[in-house]
Parts: sequence; structure tokens; C-alpha cells
Amino acid sequence: MKQPNSTPTAELMLRETASQTAGPYVHIGLALHVAGLPERDEEIWSRMATSEVEGEPIEVVGTVIDGNGDLVRDALLEAWQADAKGEYRPEFDLEQAFNSFGRTATTAEGGSEWSLATIKPGAVKRSDGKVMAPHINLAIFARGINIHLQTRLYFEDETEANAACPVLNAIESPARRQTLIAKREELDGKVRYRLDIRLQGEGETVFFDF
Amino acid sequence: MAFDNKRFVERDRNWHPPAYAPGYKTSVARSPSQALVSLQTASASELTGPEFRKLRMGPHDNDLLLNFREDPALAGAAGLPVGERIIMFGRVIDQLGKPVPNTLVEMWQANAGGRYRHKKDAYLAPLDPNFGGVGRCLTDEAGWYRFRTIKPGPYPWGNGINTWRPAHIHVSVMGPSISTRLITQMYFEGDPLIPLCPIVQTLNDQEAVETMVGRLDMARSRPMDCLAYRFDLVVRGELQTYFENQ
Repeated sequence: MKQPNSTPTAELMLRETASQTAGPYVHIGLALHVAGLPERDEEIWSRMATSEVEGEPIEVVGTVIDGNGDLVRDALLEAWQADAKGEYRPEFDLEQAFNSFGRTATTAEGGSEWSLATIKPGAVKRSDGKVMAPHINLAIFARGINIHLQTRLYFEDETEANAACPVLNAIESPARRQTLIAKREELDGKVRYRLDIRLQGEGETVFFDF
Repeated sequence: MAFDNKRFVERDRNWHPPAYAPGYKTSVARSPSQALVSLQTASASELTGPEFRKLRMGPHDNDLLLNFREDPALAGAAGLPVGERIIMFGRVIDQLGKPVPNTLVEMWQANAGGRYRHKKDAYLAPLDPNFGGVGRCLTDEAGWYRFRTIKPGPYPWGNGINTWRPAHIHVSVMGPSISTRLITQMYFEGDPLIPLCPIVQTLNDQEAVETMVGRLDMARSRPMDCLAYRFDLVVRGELQTYFENQ
């Protein structure tokens, strides 16, 4: 059996179960109402914060675009973000005012946008003491994506923090850093950030390995 | 903080399928052309993830024989789905063999005829009025999970002229952090469609394909009731860091 070569315990280690695409019907399992199925009592979905939440309520929206420039209308996205103080809240509980985890999807309807109702996260300190600019971790699953793509959404109005973020700065090409920065919009007095995710080609979003 | 002294074993991306695998046509326009950017320094962003112990589940969330009826008045045998009754079970462990307790395992699938209850699936095989095709559960303290369902049928899809998916159940597991997050598919031991499938064949290594095959387990079957398939899930190993930033 082939073994990974990077750790001293390699010969004792099991291999990770291999990934497969989530396929075209991922919604049946992870986004029931999108598939047209009745929802269960509690679902994991896109409303990550209620009105009682501490922090700035925001909406984040976007599309997913393939290498031909066409909308991806069957993607599932997962979000993982810190609270307003920069702390992750692992315990998922729909009774709480805020959950660090959420899901959303693009569909064939309307503009095929995903959206999350959340709060703006605080900055998170890395284990080496450097501070990362506020960001939302996003994972993208869809038909044609064999192993999910991991990216981050940063905020346009965090200019200083973005300029100092060790993760953004680890991206060699400054132009590519821009693919992670969501644009601020105001709509009926509500703050909204927009990030289109380009899977391939011109303006291709940066995806991470971690 | 607790998460700061752990790391996950690096993902072997030659073991997993590559993003670009032209035999699976949709991957051609949906695969990044640029290299992934490796995060060299770990942070809470990747080392933490959601825990679902407080997610309220229904009594039949892991029992697909009972969790869907088009007509709720149907009960007993009249209300059961058609097809091969099976238990699908297994253990979630990490690469070091450590059980992963209380983690969320979700699954979805077609019915016995290969038809999904999804408004986009227009295959001519009919829906089953008593089958939805979705399940979820948490692993127990020792990492075990269990579903009861109908063995799904193969179905055709527009990839090649005559391409069929093997029978499969989509499986989603979270594990201890977003680094261990994984979506895969369970195939059934002995299915001759497995080696013909362009999605299975996105993997380069036959041993990796074997990690996705559920095994018939007669010992866990229920006589005169249902067969059992075992499918263990291995997520990335969790390591402690001892010497960092010194």
C-alpha cells in the first residue's frame, strides 16, 4: 500500500477516504428545500445570525462562474467564520444568535446567486501571532468538482487589515489577491458584500490547500 | 487555545481525484487552472469546525425506510419503499485509527430504480412515493454511524453516449474541523459498473477506489429483514505539535 511520505508515523497511517464530486443532486442531502423536498425540524442553512446578534449584520452574496464564463447553477457552499470578536463558535445551535457555520447554494432560479445572512467577522490571530484580516472561509462543492475547493472571502472596506494579512500576502500575484475581496454595496440601508467565484480562467479565484 | 497545538496530516492530492479529469466532462470547465495556494501556517480558521451535538434530529432522520411518505396517511407495509432493504453502517476514524465521535454524517441517494427525488432529475424511471433519499446522523462515542435504506439503482447520465453511474450513496462527513471535511460516494462491492464509471475513474489509484467500496457484512444483516453493508470513513489524522515557534 502506498503511504504518504511527510510524517514519521507514515507506515502506521491509514489512507484518507477518497473524495468524489457531490454531483448534481447534492441539494437532496444538504439543501432539501432547493431539491423540492420537505425540510426537517432543523436544517443547516444560510441564516447564520439573528437580529439579536452582537456585531454588524451583513449579507454576503455572489455567483459561481465556470471556465466558459457560464453560471454554475448547482453549487453548494459552506461557510465557516469567526464572530464579531474574532472567535470561532464550534457549537452549532439554532437557538443561538450566531453560528459560525452555514450553507448556501446556487440554483437555476433568478440570477443563480448564493447568499448568507451573517455578521462581519472579527480579525483572527494565527498561531504565529500574526493577525489575519476579517474573512469567511468558503468551501465549494458541485457537479464537476472532484474535491471541494477551499477559498476565503475578504472585505473591500478592510483595506489596512487586508494589506497586512499574512494569508493574502502569501499569494504571489497581487492581482490574484483581488479575487478574494468582496465588494461592498448598500441596499435599502443594509450592507451587502458581493464576491463572484470564478472556478477557472480569467480572474480565477484563488483556492487554498490546508 | 486548544486548537493551536494540533495539525492535520497533509492531504495527499495524488490520492484524491485531480480537479481536471477530462473523462468526467463537467470537470473540464470547473477545475482551477492555477495551482492551489498552500497555507503554510495553521490558524483557527482551518483547525476548527462545527460540532452538531445540539442539532435537533428527528427520530427517523437516519432511517430512509420510514422518513418519507408522499401520503402521510400511509402506514405499515403499504407505506414502505420498494427495493432491497439494507443497513449501511460503519465507523468514522482518522488516519491514526482514532474514532471520531459525535460527528455529522449525511447521505443522499436515488431510489431503487436510479431516480432522485430532485426537481431537476427527469429520468424516466419513476419516483417511489415512499422514498425521499436523504439521511443524517451523528456518530456515537466510538465513531459508529448507521442508516437504514434501500439499495439505490444505477442510472444513466449525459457524459458519454452510454454512461451509467454504478449504484452509489453520497456520503458527507465533517470530522473535527473544516480541514477534515469530506464528501465522497459509497459504491457497492462487486458492482461491475464501478470500473466503467468516469467519476470513479477520476482517481488514479485503484487502492484509493477501494476506500469507497462498501462491503457486504452478513454478520450485521438482519435475517428475514435486511442485508448490511459496511462503509468505514477515514478522515485526516490529527497530530499534536510539540515544537513550534521556538
